[in-house]
Amino acid sequence: MNRDRNPWLTGLAVLTYAFLFAPIVVLIVFSFNASRRNFVWLGFTTDWYPRLFANTQLLDALSVTLRVALIAVIGATVLGSLLGLGLARLRFRGSGATETLILLPMITPEIIMGISLLIFFGQLFRQNGSIGQIGIAHITFCISYVAVVVRARALSLDSRLEEAARDLGASAWGAFRYVTLPLIAPAVAAGAMLSFALSFDDLIVTSFNAGVGSTTLPIFIYSAIKFGVTPQINAISTIIVLVVAVALMIAWRLGAFRGEERRPVAEGG
Amino acid sequence: MTAAAAERPPRRPIRERLAGLLFVAPGVGWLAVFFLLPLVIVLIFSFGTKDPAGHVSLSHLGFQNYLQATRQEYVPAFFNSLRYSAITTVLSIVIGYPIAYWISRYGGRRKILLLILVMLPFWTSYLIRTYAWMIILRDNGVLNSILQTVGLTSEPIAILNTDFAVVLGMTYGFLPFAILPLFVSIDRMDHNLVQAARDLYANGRQAFLHVTLPITMPGIVAAALLTFIPAIGDYVTPDLLGGAQTTTIAKIVQVVFTSGRDWPYGSALGFLLMVLTLAGTFMALRTLRRETLGGG
Repeated sequence: MNRDRNPWLTGLAVLTYAFLFAPIVVLIVFSFNASRRNFVWLGFTTDWYPRLFANTQLLDALSVTLRVALIAVIGATVLGSLLGLGLARLRFRGSGATETLILLPMITPEIIMGISLLIFFGQLFRQNGSIGQIGIAHITFCISYVAVVVRARALSLDSRLEEAARDLGASAWGAFRYVTLPLIAPAVAAGAMLSFALSFDDLIVTSFNAGVGSTTLPIFIYSAIKFGVTPQINAISTIIVLVVAVALMIAWRLGAFRGEERRPVAEGG
Repeated sequence: MTAAAAERPPRRPIRERLAGLLFVAPGVGWLAVFFLLPLVIVLIFSFGTKDPAGHVSLSHLGFQNYLQATRQEYVPAFFNSLRYSAITTVLSIVIGYPIAYWISRYGGRRKILLLILVMLPFWTSYLIRTYAWMIILRDNGVLNSILQTVGLTSEPIAILNTDFAVVLGMTYGFLPFAILPLFVSIDRMDHNLVQAARDLYANGRQAFLHVTLPITMPGIVAAALLTFIPAIGDYVTPDLLGGAQTTTIAKIVQVVFTSGRDWPYGSALGFLLMVLTLAGTFMALRTLRRETLGGG
């Protein structure tokens, strides 16, 4: 089955991985640079890390970011999962229009969503940005991703499983609760993870909906970069990269991605 | 999808259909209020004017903002937006296709791990990755130090704040978005088809052009959309890697809304950007339909 490997292809793949990782390696290495201006290597230091924890502005920004992410994950996961399930399970008048409605936020440039919510909140409610406003904005762009992931999973399920439960005397709710829900749980979890990542990373939509006291981590980093490059930013970045890498590896070891390797369970039966 | 619909029983009990609507209604309602309504407001505002006090006035609706947006000095911004995102899209697919193919064909049991490695940069902030390129590309940065040490140049070459830096940064940023859908469509392909083409005396190039490429076209179109859309609306990369003199529509919109405060004018620019994006999306989807009809 496996023909001889194409050495050119393997070479290209290795180069692409190098391209993907070189900037991250540089970023990490320079977080240990003694030079304050961070252009030239002036020697090894770990000074920048303890300084992060003394930087109250940074810690405040991190706390705002996490609170926004919590709102976004809960709101988008609930609304998006219901939407995805509903679309997968029933045909109704306007289900085609609903599918288009779900795709639209995904093909709308972030900056458009940012300014439209800025105008919406500013003109209709005289709001100039707050954690709640950012949270609502994040829920809005996360819903679609959750809905798409959950819908795909629900469509791959065999509807006969739920019917079998009904035949065995389960109520509609019982069949849903004990058969369907556990089967779509991995997709719901994946949607929640995706929402967290999107929310945690978002700069563009957030910057139009943030006000005094709701500076998120990306906004903080962005203004720090504009103000001047410092190794502190490298240090924060290094921590974020490591946290993400560890989380992904744990998820991988736990088999969170294994569903993609197998055919859907219901298809075999 | 039609097959799935056909398998489903034609009618469900009313109660169950009501329950289904309860599933869909909250999400649809949310998107109607916080997504569609704000877009409609942007559209209405784009025909408005700014009164001397800086407030938005809707008493003289007209096309003046759109006329202003198409003035000569803004042509480069539109041109830049399209050029950056188009080049980024093409590069992402050209770079992404071989690695997606390689992971699918030769990844074996490590496929998922190899994919996670591709996605790792994606899960770490876009902003941080752009910042990393600033460190590498600046005049006394990593790349120039290497070039000078090797002796390729004695003076630092200006790389940061050029078109090259913007395209490089965007391609780097959106490449994972391209690799994932490419991988999915390549991995789903039945490789026996290529084998069959080879048995029928197609050479490697012919088999690729006439079998692999058409079959994986949906993945290519998806990859193109997933890179083009964020690229055309991105103002972070043109700002950080392109410098002050690089203008794109997204960057102008951002400046208008954060400092200029001429919301009607900014709305018009934003709406034009939305139209450009939708046009690109529909072109991509039409290509997909033609390819699948022609290739199928």
